[in-house]
Amino acid sequence: MADNIEELNQHVRTCIGVFVALLCLTILTVAVSYLDYPPPATISIALSIAFVKASIVVSYFMHLISEKDLVYWSLGITAAFFLILMVVPIATNLDITTQMIRVSH
Amino acid sequence: MSAIEIPYTDTPRPDTGLTNAKLGIWLFLASEIMLFGGLFSAYILLRVGADVWPEGRDILNVPLATLNTFVLITSSITMVLAWASLVRGESNKYRLYNYGTLLCGLIFLIIKYIEYSSKFHHGLFPSESTFLAIYFTLTGLHGLHVVGGMCALAYLQFFGSKMWESQPARFTGRVECAGLFWHLVDLVWIFLFPVLYLM
Repeated sequence: MADNIEELNQHVRTCIGVFVALLCLTILTVAVSYLDYPPPATISIALSIAFVKASIVVSYFMHLISEKDLVYWSLGITAAFFLILMVVPIATNLDITTQMIRVSH
Repeated sequence: MSAIEIPYTDTPRPDTGLTNAKLGIWLFLASEIMLFGGLFSAYILLRVGADVWPEGRDILNVPLATLNTFVLITSSITMVLAWASLVRGESNKYRLYNYGTLLCGLIFLIIKYIEYSSKFHHGLFPSESTFLAIYFTLTGLHGLHVVGGMCALAYLQFFGSKMWESQPARFTGRVECAGLFWHLVDLVWIFLFPVLYLM
């Protein structure tokens, strides 16, 4: 029990560190958006910071770092379908899907 | 005849290693990810297909949205502290931190109301442009999730808290599940904020 409480206290301390990191990364995201980088660079930086923030929220606040395999499998399948959803509109815009259909005929 | 108890409400199933509630909430969160994924996909399709796309910060209020981001992040840490207090057996601290999370949720909604009112006051409705249509759809759905999360947390703060006296482990599990949903709401906002306001 004492070990568990010590483990919990350590987890809470880590989460407070994550909280501070999230606040700092939010300030960084806003600051970068006001710099005059070209739009592709601004989008890449903003999304990269968002991915870092999301991964630490999922890992520590949602305890994914110490979850069971079944949760990893469920989320892995979800992530794969999510990725397809993101790629499809970009592929459509680049006319990749139309070209693939033409090739198959 | 005694009532049949639902198994694995507070002990992990031997085959999955998870309680039924924990597995259930993760599967629900997976469906939520796909729900928002569909809308993000629509956003990308509209944006890459548009001849002109406005910069979010020219139309939307970035300082208010930044403040809302801080508020949601704060609500996430109070949620963690509420759950940790229950694991330690400190129900009074749990109530305090849970109030903090509820307060943050309320502040978030008030700020969102101010933002929406300002847009409507200036004649900026969803029908005005594709950008505003997807902005109101995404933030509106997210706002509904904040309301839903607050309802669950309020239930656990008041009526549902009676379970703490009789089944503390099960109650702690419920709070953990509600917390996972609340963190997902935070997670969605982490992407909505730069995508809509800063790009």
